[in-house]
Amino acid sequence: MTTPAQTPQSRGEIEAGLIAFLEGRTRVSWDEDVDLFATGGLSSMFAMELVVHLEQTYGVSIRGGDLKLDNFRTVRTMAGLVRRLKTDKDTDG
Amino acid sequence: MPTEAAPPRSDEHRITVLGAGTMGAGITSLALGHGVPVTLVDVDQAALDRARARIDHQKRVAQLMGAVPEGAAPGELSTTTSLDSTADATVVVEAVTEQYDLKSVLLTEVGARTKPGTVLITNTSSIPVDDLAGYLARPGELVGTHFMNPPYLIRTVEVVQGPRTSQHVLDVLDDLLRTLRRESVVVSDAPGFVTSRLLHPMINDAARVVQEGTASAEDVDVLMVGCLGHRTGPLRTADMIGLDNLVDSLWVLHERTGDERCRPCDLLLKKVEAGDHGRKSGRGFFTYERTEQLS
Ligand SMILES: NC(=O)c1ccc[n+]([C@@H]2O[C@H](COP(=O)([O-])OP(=O)(O)OC[C@H]3O[C@@H](n4cnc5c(N)ncnc54)[C@H](O)[C@@H]3O)[C@@H](O)[C@H]2O)c1
Repeated sequence: MTTPAQTPQSRGEIEAGLIAFLEGRTRVSWDEDVDLFATGGLSSMFAMELVVHLEQTYGVSIRGGDLKLDNFRTVRTMAGLVRRLKTDKDTDG
Repeated sequence: MPTEAAPPRSDEHRITVLGAGTMGAGITSLALGHGVPVTLVDVDQAALDRARARIDHQKRVAQLMGAVPEGAAPGELSTTTSLDSTADATVVVEAVTEQYDLKSVLLTEVGARTKPGTVLITNTSSIPVDDLAGYLARPGELVGTHFMNPPYLIRTVEVVQGPRTSQHVLDVLDDLLRTLRRESVVVSDAPGFVTSRLLHPMINDAARVVQEGTASAEDVDVLMVGCLGHRTGPLRTADMIGLDNLVDSLWVLHERTGDERCRPCDLLLKKVEAGDHGRKSGRGFFTYERTEQLS
């Protein structure tokens, strides 16, 4: 059974949403390829907030080997992860 | 009379953690992530329920940070308000509220239940280990192991060897810490040992600076991080410790050293009284999101 509630989002839309979330939380501007932790100076604890945000906003579940800091380093890597998990979920039925 | 059990094998540890607050939950997350089963005990069922949610979250944070061994099956968790599991534990970790009377009563009770040879760890921040050892029939079984918050991410622990702590206990502890992949530094017994004796009065001074209007909490931390290379500012650290626990610990230090720098300043006392206990309550010197409260 499929749930039509979530319209598929493009990578660009997910990236824009993530940038808006980051700017709301940090009050500075971000772009897609900045390393949030190395150059961006965000604490690695903030990464867990990103995990929870992605799960709640995009209805995905981030587990196992996907739960690693490298997946959350940039807006682009996060959007890529969300797209992949959503595709996996859709093909799983 | 029962004889002392042989030291447990590395994969045979069973830990009972007493106190399901900030540290009890964090130590439990550390052990479970390294495959060690834990029974978590608290007098307050609501604290146990909250701890379960925190532990689920912390296990994920640890994985996210690469702080658990890859491919290890997690240890099993049970929670209870009874002390029965202390009889089968290889190690009992006491992490209840920093109140001398409370700890002494609890250790008396636990010491009467554990088998000879069981390692008893106190995670006290400030109380000399030997003062607590006096409440045990076998005082040599108590050792201080000062995990820092968050224990599942911080790799170094301060081990406090009381004058009566036995070599057997140090050996078993060493083995457990190796299983948990923690490094340790062994220090002698004293109020606040090394880390609390240095850190807690410093944090108290930082709060006093804010109280006197010299700078905001934010600016104190920015200066300590930016100019002096602290990883976390003193006031964010205070929030992470829990301001209620910090005040309790400062009172212990004040009482036992007479150092006026350890008398908790009014701003700290006011925040505790208002229920602003730091990260765990959502507000202290700073405010915290739900995910941060769980971490
Ligand atoms: N918070 C830190 O950063 C930190 C760091 C190192 C050491 N410590 C030390 O660890 C210990 C625990 O501190 P915390 O911050 O986790 O405190 P906390 O207030 O978060 O939790 C204490 C818990 O102990 C429970 N408790 C009280 N009496 C009990 C009893 N008789 N049996 C079982 N449970 C009982 C309480 O219900 C509460 O859930 C203290 O000795 C503290 O000084 C704290």
